[in-house]
Amino acid sequence: MTKLTVNGVAHDVDADDDMPLLWVLRDLVGLTGTKYGCGEALCGACTVHLDGHAVRSCVTPMRRAAGHAVTTIEGLSPAGDHPLQRAWVELGVPQCGFCQAGQIMTAAALLAENPKPTDDDIDHSLAGNICRCGTYLRIRAAVRKAAGI
Amino acid sequence: MNAPGFVSFVARLVALGLAVAACAGRPPEAPATPATPPGAAPTAAASDQLLAPAQFAAITDPAQRSQAMFVEASRVLTHARCVNCHPPDDTPRQGELHALHDPPVLRGAADHGIPALGCNTCHQDRNAQLARVPGAPDWHLAPRAMVWLGKSPAEICAQLKDPARNGGRTLAQIHDHVAHDGIVAWGWQPGADRRPAPGTQAAFAELIQAWIDTGAACPNEEVKR
Repeated sequence: MTKLTVNGVAHDVDADDDMPLLWVLRDLVGLTGTKYGCGEALCGACTVHLDGHAVRSCVTPMRRAAGHAVTTIEGLSPAGDHPLQRAWVELGVPQCGFCQAGQIMTAAALLAENPKPTDDDIDHSLAGNICRCGTYLRIRAAVRKAAGI
Repeated sequence: MNAPGFVSFVARLVALGLAVAACAGRPPEAPATPATPPGAAPTAAASDQLLAPAQFAAITDPAQRSQAMFVEASRVLTHARCVNCHPPDDTPRQGELHALHDPPVLRGAADHGIPALGCNTCHQDRNAQLARVPGAPDWHLAPRAMVWLGKSPAEICAQLKDPARNGGRTLAQIHDHVAHDGIVAWGWQPGADRRPAPGTQAAFAELIQAWIDTGAACPNEEVKR
C-alpha cells in the first residue's frame, strides 16, 4: 500500500509504484477532474500540484507522490472559488473545457510563485498547456484578472 | 553502415589522424586492438565504442597523447545526448538534429525551468518508458557558461579547464563529475529510440582521467568531430 494525501485527504492505494499518478487519481481515488490528453507530457491537460508545484500526472509515477501533498482541480478551492476559477467564469474562458483543469492548475502554480506575472511570464509558463479551442487570449486575460493586473 | 554513420566514421578517422600524425607518422591501418603496437597510430573505434587509453600508448609525447585522448573523449562531449542540454541560449534541444525542445520551455534563473513549467514538471528521476519522456535525477540544463552545442573539441576543452566556465571545478572534480553524475550517466541509457553516447560512462571517465594524467592538453582548433 502506498499512502497518498490528495486534497488533504489520506488514501491507501494498492497499485504498482510506477502507475501514472493520473490513473491513480482518476481510477483509484475517483477524482476525474484531471484529464488525460496525450499521455506524454506534451499537452498539460493532466496537470496537478505536488507540494504546490505543477507536474504532469500522466508521466509522474505514483511513487513520486508518496509523502507529498497532491492537489487536483477538485482541491484547488473547496468551494470552487479560487480567484482563477472566478476569473475563468467571469470571462467565459472555456469552450469545450477539456484542457481547462490543466490550464487552471498551471496558472495557479504560476501565481503562487509569481503573483504579478507579465504577459510574457504567463505565455511562457503556460506554453506547455495546449488548448485546441484556441482560448489562449482569454486564458491570459483571466490569469491577469486573477492576479489583479 | 548508413551514410551519416559513414561520414561520422571518416570524420573520426581524419580527426584522429590530425591529432596523432606528428607522432605516429602513418595512417590507421589495422582494426582496433586492446593495445596498440609500438609505432602504430590508434585505429578508430567502432561508432558505438570508445578507444581505451592504452590504445594511445604508441604516441610517446604526453601532450600529443593527451590531445588525442581528448579528441576521442569529445565523441561523447559533442554527442547529441550531451550537447542538447548545453545550448548557447535558454532552450534545450532534442534529437540528433538538435531541434528546439517541444513543448517550448525555458532555462529559468537556476537552470531548472520557470515557475509552473520546471524541468521536473515533466521529467522524472528515470526514463518514462511508455511515455518516452527522458529522465534522470535532478534533470536540468547545464549553466549558461557551459555552452557545448556547436563548439569544437578545442573550445570545449578550454571550457572544461576554465573554473569560470566549468562550475568552479578542479580537474579531479571534473573526472568525478563525468564518472558518477546521474545526468551524465543518462547519456548512455537514454531510453526509447534515442542513440546513446559511444562507449560507456566508465570508459569515458577512464579517458578523461588519462587526459588529466597526461597534462590535460587541448587539441588544436582545426580538429573537428
